[in-house]
Amino acid sequence: METLLAFVIGGLYASAVYLMLRRSLVKLVIGLALLSHGANLLIFTIGGLTRTRAPIIAEGDLVPAPPFADPLPQALILTAIVISFGVTAFAVVLLQRTYQAVGSDDLDRMKTTDT
Amino acid sequence: MTFAVLSGFLAAVVVPFLPRFGRYGTGRTVALVPAALTAYFGSYIQPVGAGETFRTSYAWAPALRVEFSLHLDGLGLLFALLVSGIGALVAIYAGGYLSGHRHLGRFYGFLLFFMASMLGVVLADNMLTLFVFWELTSLTSYLLIGFDHEREESRKAAWQALLVTGGGGLALLAGLLMLGEAAGTMELSELASRGGDVRSHALYLPILLLILLGAFTKSAQFPFHFWLPSAMEAPAPVSAYLHSATMVKAGVYLLARLSPAMAGTDAWWYLVTLGGTATMVCGAYLALCGTDLKRILAYSTVSALGVLVMLLGMGSVLAAQAAMVFLLAHALYKGALFMVAGAVDHETGSRDVDRLGGLWRAMPVTAAAAVLAALSMAGIAPFFGFLGKEMLLEASLESGGRWFLLPVVVLAGAVFVAVACMAGFRVFFGSSLPTPKQPHEAPLSLWLGPLLASAVGLALGLFASYAAAWIVSPAATAILGERTGHQPLKLALWHGLTPALALSGGSILLGLLVYANRGRILQMNRRLEVLLRHGPAWWYDLALGGLNRFALAQTRLLQTGYLRHYLLVIFAATVGLSGYVLIGSVELPARLLGPEIRFHEAALAGLLLLAALAAVRSSTRLAAVAALGVVGYGVALVFILYGAPDLAMTQFAIETLTVILLVLVLYRLPRYAVLSSRWVRIRDAAFALVTGATVTALVLAAVHGPAYESVSRYYAERSFAEAHGRNIVNVILVDFRALDTLGEITVLAVAAVGVHALLKLRPKNREDAA
Repeated sequence: METLLAFVIGGLYASAVYLMLRRSLVKLVIGLALLSHGANLLIFTIGGLTRTRAPIIAEGDLVPAPPFADPLPQALILTAIVISFGVTAFAVVLLQRTYQAVGSDDLDRMKTTDT
Repeated sequence: MTFAVLSGFLAAVVVPFLPRFGRYGTGRTVALVPAALTAYFGSYIQPVGAGETFRTSYAWAPALRVEFSLHLDGLGLLFALLVSGIGALVAIYAGGYLSGHRHLGRFYGFLLFFMASMLGVVLADNMLTLFVFWELTSLTSYLLIGFDHEREESRKAAWQALLVTGGGGLALLAGLLMLGEAAGTMELSELASRGGDVRSHALYLPILLLILLGAFTKSAQFPFHFWLPSAMEAPAPVSAYLHSATMVKAGVYLLARLSPAMAGTDAWWYLVTLGGTATMVCGAYLALCGTDLKRILAYSTVSALGVLVMLLGMGSVLAAQAAMVFLLAHALYKGALFMVAGAVDHETGSRDVDRLGGLWRAMPVTAAAAVLAALSMAGIAPFFGFLGKEMLLEASLESGGRWFLLPVVVLAGAVFVAVACMAGFRVFFGSSLPTPKQPHEAPLSLWLGPLLASAVGLALGLFASYAAAWIVSPAATAILGERTGHQPLKLALWHGLTPALALSGGSILLGLLVYANRGRILQMNRRLEVLLRHGPAWWYDLALGGLNRFALAQTRLLQTGYLRHYLLVIFAATVGLSGYVLIGSVELPARLLGPEIRFHEAALAGLLLLAALAAVRSSTRLAAVAALGVVGYGVALVFILYGAPDLAMTQFAIETLTVILLVLVLYRLPRYAVLSSRWVRIRDAAFALVTGATVTALVLAAVHGPAYESVSRYYAERSFAEAHGRNIVNVILVDFRALDTLGEITVLAVAAVGVHALLKLRPKNREDAA
């Protein structure tokens, strides 16, 4: 499955890069969101996949019974999801304000800082 | 001793405020600091002369063998006395020279800051301590040369000096670190006994070259000599202090200090001696061809520095002793002559030797100081300069097989005589010439410094045996190290009729001859000027101009102002760098869909790819957002399948929020339009595919590469035992890595504030906004 996911991640990155290279701000934001999905999956896959239990210690035990999924990449990704939401939300609102001010979502028409 | 070095820095912070309390006498007040230091170092003459050395040290970064350590021996003491003694004279002089200047206080601050740094250089024991002080002198030199920062020439000269000496400083740092590695110690006082290791080390030549680069740039050796004459843009006290008596001798000091460890090889002899000789000749010639008094003196300083370096290159006992005598004599007479030149400029408004004459009537005391200094420079008995020159000649005579040094030395001596005639006699005697300002005697503060300095030069000559025993001999011993048996120095004005005396007399006659024919030399020089135009200074300008043009071109190329160009560069760099490493290390698995892959997993992967493609290809915004949502939920499903329910829950929630937000906002945005040309789209698609392929290769390499043990075991074992939590992911977030989570929350809060502000923001005049 890692092999298959490697191609999925590559596909996500390729789509994200293509969208981010567009002139439209909307596409840039969607590309950014795709890129964060790709990055999260990348960390998840590289951390090693197991179809087994979540890293949770059962009642009565002191340590989780192996095999269990690696908790560290999960902790990293959890942070990343939340942060990327913050970034996306800010970017979206910025996008809307920019459109209000400039009247376009074409990046090439935003050449001055004066609105 | 530490306090003595650091007191200058303390004083430098205080003195800028002094002129506010009284216009007059600040120079004399400031001079108290270096005067006290002179007295302090003077008290060491007795014990150091008897062979004692002093050392203090404080741990700085012991793991890196960096200490703040100071070491006082004969060599350091000679320099410390020069730095503080001349510093006192210059401080008094500056008070008169810059009297009433708006930034006089600042000037004193820089001056004392320099003095403290220079003391640090000559007393440092740890090589890195030395380097720090070394760079501080470059920095203060920059500030002092550019003191008249409103003039462009000043700024340019300051910049030039900083670039040349700073560049050399970098080479020096590399050289010192390698030397420390080769010798196994960073302390200069221990270096002397490790000379054998250093000289036989495989990296001896690179070390030598790097250190010489540092020393030669600092001491204005050919071909780096050009910054010193440019530095004459500085006020006269600076030229007298930094650029003749002390700072430019830092390179000489370094060579002297490293002599015990590094001298004695052929490479040292050829590089140092020949470098010094070339500088001596070049400086002497250029000094003859000048008409500006300060420039003439500057070039003769270059020449004298060449003499010192040449002597250190020779490496004999006599040469080391000659170097110290010459150094002391030169600092005294050249410092005095620079101060005289400044006083003349100050009182007459001109520095052109061809337009000045007969000034002794108006300025008798200044003239007396100038004559005393010039006699020492010309090497007339009984001045100290006479001894310096005679020892120089003896050392050259003794060098035997290297016969070519002798005529060059005699010739340079002759030029010194001619320059002394120009600076000390031509200006003050002969017929009076009209000057921009009516000349009158300089105030006490302007003639006291030069008069004292040249008087000390005379006194040292008269009491030569004491100077030899107490000051010069201990310094020369430090240079020679253990290489030669101790050979006490005997200095006396009269040695009998020796070859050196004859040569000395010959060079004086030759010098007078050169002086008499100065007109012809100037004429000849005019013809040669075409050749000289492409000197080191020209190359410096060329290199600097080239650097600026290169910076401009690459800025234009990289900083286009288009976001997608930046992204292109960033992604291309990532792909290029990681692709370079990955090539050859990734092998494609034989089968993409093995039996271990279940049907729903393959279907999920297919769905993700299709959704991503749909997000790219869709022609409406809403469809793109929907596709993005599908990707998000698909990723959440992957999380569920592989044991990450926390991630899946978060992902579902966040993805829903994102889609709602996007739909709400996009509703108000313009429709999708195809903005780029077909060719650009094809190029971007190709580039995107290459990026995607690289990432795929990266994942494959990571997954199939060597496995490392995860650090998670640590968390798994301690999660319940220490943090009392059963969900390990949560425990990591809120307990083990709680600070990271705090940072994350802060980021979210900042984003929320930003969103709120953007939504509330209303442009003031809406007409402009449209």
